[in-house]
Amino acid sequence: MKLVLKGGRIIDPSQQLDEIGDVLVEDGRIVAVVNVEKKADKTTTVIDASGLVVAPGLVDMHVHLREPGLEAKEDIASGTRAAAAGGYTTVCPMPNTNPIIDNAILVAGMKEKAREEGVVNIQIIGALSKGQQGKELAEIGDMLANGAVALSDDGHYVESAYILKTGLEYAGTFGGLIISHAEEESLAGDGFMHEGAVSAMLGLRGRPAVAEDIAVARDCLLAEYTGGAIHIAHVSSAGAVECIRQAKQRGVKVTAEVTPHHLTLTDKAVIGFNTATKVNPPLRSEEHVEALLAGLKDGTLDAIATDHAPHAFEEKDMEFRYAPSGFAGLETALGAILTGLYHTKKLTLSEVIDKMATTPARILGLEAGTLKMGAPADIVLIDTEQEWTVDSKNFYTRGKCTPYEGKKLRGKAVATIVGGRIVMQGGEVKE
Amino acid sequence: MTKGQVSLRGKDILGLEGMTVAEMELILQSAKEMKNIIDRDIKKVPTLRGKSIVNLFFEPSTRTRTSFELAGKYLGADVVNVTTSASSVVKGESLRDTLLTVEAMGVDIIVMRHEAEGAAEFAASAVKPVIVNAGDGAHEHPTQGLLDMFTIQEKKGEISGLKVAIIGDILHSRVARSNIWALLKLGAEVRIAGPRTLLPRDIEQYGVKVYDHVEKALCGADVVNVLRIQRERQQKGLFPTPREYARIFGINKERLALANADALVLHPGPMNRGLEIAPGVAYSEQSAIQEQVKNGLAVRMAILFLVLMGGNDIETSA
Repeated sequence: MKLVLKGGRIIDPSQQLDEIGDVLVEDGRIVAVVNVEKKADKTTTVIDASGLVVAPGLVDMHVHLREPGLEAKEDIASGTRAAAAGGYTTVCPMPNTNPIIDNAILVAGMKEKAREEGVVNIQIIGALSKGQQGKELAEIGDMLANGAVALSDDGHYVESAYILKTGLEYAGTFGGLIISHAEEESLAGDGFMHEGAVSAMLGLRGRPAVAEDIAVARDCLLAEYTGGAIHIAHVSSAGAVECIRQAKQRGVKVTAEVTPHHLTLTDKAVIGFNTATKVNPPLRSEEHVEALLAGLKDGTLDAIATDHAPHAFEEKDMEFRYAPSGFAGLETALGAILTGLYHTKKLTLSEVIDKMATTPARILGLEAGTLKMGAPADIVLIDTEQEWTVDSKNFYTRGKCTPYEGKKLRGKAVATIVGGRIVMQGGEVKE
Repeated sequence: MTKGQVSLRGKDILGLEGMTVAEMELILQSAKEMKNIIDRDIKKVPTLRGKSIVNLFFEPSTRTRTSFELAGKYLGADVVNVTTSASSVVKGESLRDTLLTVEAMGVDIIVMRHEAEGAAEFAASAVKPVIVNAGDGAHEHPTQGLLDMFTIQEKKGEISGLKVAIIGDILHSRVARSNIWALLKLGAEVRIAGPRTLLPRDIEQYGVKVYDHVEKALCGADVVNVLRIQRERQQKGLFPTPREYARIFGINKERLALANADALVLHPGPMNRGLEIAPGVAYSEQSAIQEQVKNGLAVRMAILFLVLMGGNDIETSA
């Protein structure tokens, strides 16, 4: 089967490409880019991409698909449809499900289920410790051998420095990457929002930024000491950005991601107690958001990841302090980033694609995030100018809760192609 | 401000941060008239006859609940108390469903106290009856704030220009927050003091003066608002011992002497005598603590009246 995307603006940071041209796909792989000489024949599907951006499909290295065990929030079918709707062609679910994905059988089972029920690619992140208890290492070697792409106790900080040290050493044996949810528990554990002027006003207990700074500093020091590779999830504090910047300058194997919500919203969004603004780490104040933008721009923060964390309606329909943290992110991420960072000229389109596709794929060693010839035809078509209003009723995710509800965004994925199959077009997921 | 320009009819009373000066003045003015009713031999007026009020209390409370109950009854409304010690999470029914149940019974006002910050906002968005916030976690306690303003006005006249020292556990105090917003809007100088563990970070951004030493905050103060140490809300270890707190931060006669000679002492109650306030201060000539309780009733009557009837003309209906 052949597919031609005609006349789009092709942006591929993996080959420093930003040109108008065509992309030819055959048998699920990219066979030609820009100067497509082969003629289309009768069996070729032609998509007019003029006026659109043609880019590598987005790669989200941090999602929660909630399956197995928490299907009222999300499952593989609904979560990957949300991904397709948002322009993502690969998503990496975290292992904090029920049961926790902490052994090779579960990793293999998830991969199998993902193949059957997913509409985009899924790459599995296994638990760092057994049951994510932070007490003893999970079977890291076996999980990596069975296709896990990284290890994480996400949702929890690895409180024991000993466990993280041994984890970095042991995973290092196999070149495995550890992803850290870095918030020091004794400082952050009881809090509901960023500690600062807004928490002072609302009376909500704070999760201070220094809880994140301390955790990131420790994690970077352990990565430096062991030579292991660590990736800091959802960086949200200025101090954490600075720690990572300095660690990178010293040659520490540290990478980091930041979420669209931490880049585009502040703790002021919590005023009114909307539980759709409750998330860990919390939405922070303006000076932190500025530090995140600077970190993203100078490469301290490598990737943009959603931390898509859907919850059932009844769980979020609560008093603020009782509602669980997190909200859906896959279907708003690209629009929020284009609106908040591209249209405001803080990032170029090429930088956006790099942070949302090419670099996360590189960090995890995936065959994704590129339009190079021979690569899997995972492609997104983006209309950077399309204006739309966020309405969670239209979401594919079950987690119909977003801090962007009712907001006008500019820019949207208009088609998602996975392995040469068109899985989303015009906002409609086809499978 | 003239009567009639401002109306609170149908408005939820959620907090003083979001209340205008004109609205506050309307309530304080109306409360003066209500206070006259309390002093009458026959207190009951038929103003709110046929209206129903539910006091929905998720936290134990004696004075606030009783105050709202009598306020409603003096105005002729039917008042029902629903006290549930268990939160929605514990008892299994969601706050929304509890509110919908109460709404379905046709009530006009829901007076709600809840341990979670923002519960009043949640209620206001969930159901149609007017919501009067009787305290939501550490967020706001608007009727307490207004009764404090009423008491200060009554004793001191104009609030604008007064130096008001709020002493103690600001962090966990909804009373402190409501007071701070009201005092700032009405033009007072607001000082807060206490151990740094009990002062919210960055609170000075709102124009509050923050002092480490209680003594400095008291110097030249016109009003001293002593806050209750809320043992039930304390995280562990925010101050070492009650003994040390009383010695360093407690308001006793010697410390009070640093304030103006005629400084007014307020306390929202219930008091921990000998902890945040010495009995000698609580029962002194300067203390308006009992008067606060009476004024609380007047302010709550004013609010119940204004949110249902809108106008300000109590006498014609009395």
